[in-house]
Amino acid sequence: MAESTEAEHAGWIEIRPDSGLSIRLGELWTYRELLGFFAWRDVAVRYKQSLLGVLWALLTPLITVVIFTVIFGGVAGIGSHGIPYPVFCYVGLLPWLFFAQSVQRATASMVSERNLLTKVYFPRLIVPIAATLAPLVDLAIASSLLAVMMAWYGLVPSARALYLVPLCLTWAWLLAIGVGSLLSALNVYFRDVGQMIPFLIQVWMYASPVVYPSTIIPEHLRWIHALNPMVGVIPWLRYALLWNQHPPAVSTAFSLAVSLALFALGIACFARMQRSFADVV
Amino acid sequence: MLEVASIGKRYRLGSRVRHDTLRDVLMHRLRRRAAPSLLDSPEHFWALRGVSFSIAEGEVVGVVGRNGAGKSTLLKLLSRITAPTEGRIRIGGRVASLLEIGAGFHPELSGRENIFMNGAILGMTRREIQSRFDSIVAFAEVERFLDTPIKRYSSGMHVRLAFAVAAHLEPEILLVDEVLAVGDAEFQKKCLGRMAGVARSGRTVLFVSHNLAAIQQVTTRCLMFEKGELSRDGATPDVLAAYLGGSGRRPIVEDVATDHREFHIQSLRFCDEDRPPGFDQPLEFELSVSLGQPFRTVAFSLGIHNSLGARLLSSPSVVDQLDEGKTTLSIRICNHHLPPGDYSLSLGIARGTEHIYYGDNLLPFTLSDLGVNEPLIQPYLVRMRDQTGAFVPGRWEKR
Repeated sequence: MAESTEAEHAGWIEIRPDSGLSIRLGELWTYRELLGFFAWRDVAVRYKQSLLGVLWALLTPLITVVIFTVIFGGVAGIGSHGIPYPVFCYVGLLPWLFFAQSVQRATASMVSERNLLTKVYFPRLIVPIAATLAPLVDLAIASSLLAVMMAWYGLVPSARALYLVPLCLTWAWLLAIGVGSLLSALNVYFRDVGQMIPFLIQVWMYASPVVYPSTIIPEHLRWIHALNPMVGVIPWLRYALLWNQHPPAVSTAFSLAVSLALFALGIACFARMQRSFADVV
Repeated sequence: MLEVASIGKRYRLGSRVRHDTLRDVLMHRLRRRAAPSLLDSPEHFWALRGVSFSIAEGEVVGVVGRNGAGKSTLLKLLSRITAPTEGRIRIGGRVASLLEIGAGFHPELSGRENIFMNGAILGMTRREIQSRFDSIVAFAEVERFLDTPIKRYSSGMHVRLAFAVAAHLEPEILLVDEVLAVGDAEFQKKCLGRMAGVARSGRTVLFVSHNLAAIQQVTTRCLMFEKGELSRDGATPDVLAAYLGGSGRRPIVEDVATDHREFHIQSLRFCDEDRPPGFDQPLEFELSVSLGQPFRTVAFSLGIHNSLGARLLSSPSVVDQLDEGKTTLSIRICNHHLPPGDYSLSLGIARGTEHIYYGDNLLPFTLSDLGVNEPLIQPYLVRMRDQTGAFVPGRWEKR
């Protein structure tokens, strides 16, 4: 009488007080279409009845990078290691905006889908994961602007970027899922989390090397800085696209370890809390 | 197909300890430390407890019970929306529930898009939705509006579309909760027909409803819940009779003074106190009077009124002689032609032109929709409730 996965038609499912304490990957796979539908709905709905539509996916990072270039590149005079500041900043901004939007949307996701949670069964983890997919589309759109900027400044990435960039984005995505599912579960119980998010995002951004290179952090404090997983992700992308080098191994490994720990923690907490979502939300 | 073994679901009583914000939790912790005795009192209640039953493949089982008896909790547990506190459930097949139709409908998406979205949420694969798409659209009667965002739909269209998607689910086990309460009369008929079709197709169905006629029509076996416990499990007619019978004894009117000193009404009641009157059954009332003197030619006029108070019928009759002391009279109204619904009595008593008594709003009662011998007209009567007019049996025959 093994607790079977949701095999399509045959097979018994057993429901017990402690079932639902773990995440079943097989079941997530069975429901992959639903994941796709959720993501598609988010994308489809987002720009309905808006004049500029999908252009917003370009305008948001564009306006942000202009502001940052004026303030941090111009007024504050932050160095960018010989890379034109707008490009330098934009490369950092892309993964950051993806991460921030994912976390933001994921956190709100469980509460905003409360109608579904109390009516229909599906693996709950689908909801925060789907919330990270729409920002992925925005990221793809915003990347086109990067291509234009790099061409403008005559910067050519090496072949290495072909595998370094996807790896880096996967990393950012897993991190967003981990943090997003943790916060979304907490938000079901404590709506404070939702209130906190804008501040968290803001603080987190300035703690990450988006507008500055991590080299401006004093040597002896770098390990604290590297506790922030985005300190691994963002320079990785810059190394891959702008400096044609492999990122420094030690600090990257450190950030990666923190990221994986956060991912595991997020999923585990979500699994523990998901049983009573429908009763609480 | 479905085995439920002594499951229970305990909820926390919400009002006192809802921790919606962090501050609430902290305050609660602090207060509990300060005054432990105050908050150690039971904060939980069992919405369902000690419930066991099993359902074989292809059975169509009705679930009845008053509000709060645990029916919805049961469906929530079976559909895995929430986890049981104790016990276990084994399910042998894909479960789909129609707990709430239209789950996941998004106002900005078009009808077409919502069919796919909603279908996926209810557990259909994209291919299944595609193959049933035309049938869903036809069922919902929204062909012309397929590409309109559903925020522009009328509420009727919205509901029809929602039910249409749900009605095209083909799981091994189907849980249905009150979906028949939607849409206009025409659409309800369609829904009921669809339900009956599902029941006949050999699928396992658990059907929760307050619509007893629908339950009687569709199911063979019934579970009855009372205060979170399974109080009865048996053949549908027996359980329904118990359910209706247990809904409180028939009302009775006692000790009524009339406008004549020597004429006292002891009681007015239904002759058959246990069995609820089916709408096609005769109505029998019993009147006991106690007289201080003999009365001659007393006219009694019994009236039956609908829930709005309008008089639907009168049954006058005259009693020649009533002796001093106690007398019990009874009246049997055979062909009242009343459709199922809520009614009350009025009673007028007179001697010649001399008024003795008039009272109305007596013995409020319900004529249930059970008992009709013709299953096909039942759903018709149910949805025509209060609009049927007199119910007069008749039959079209082919020549």
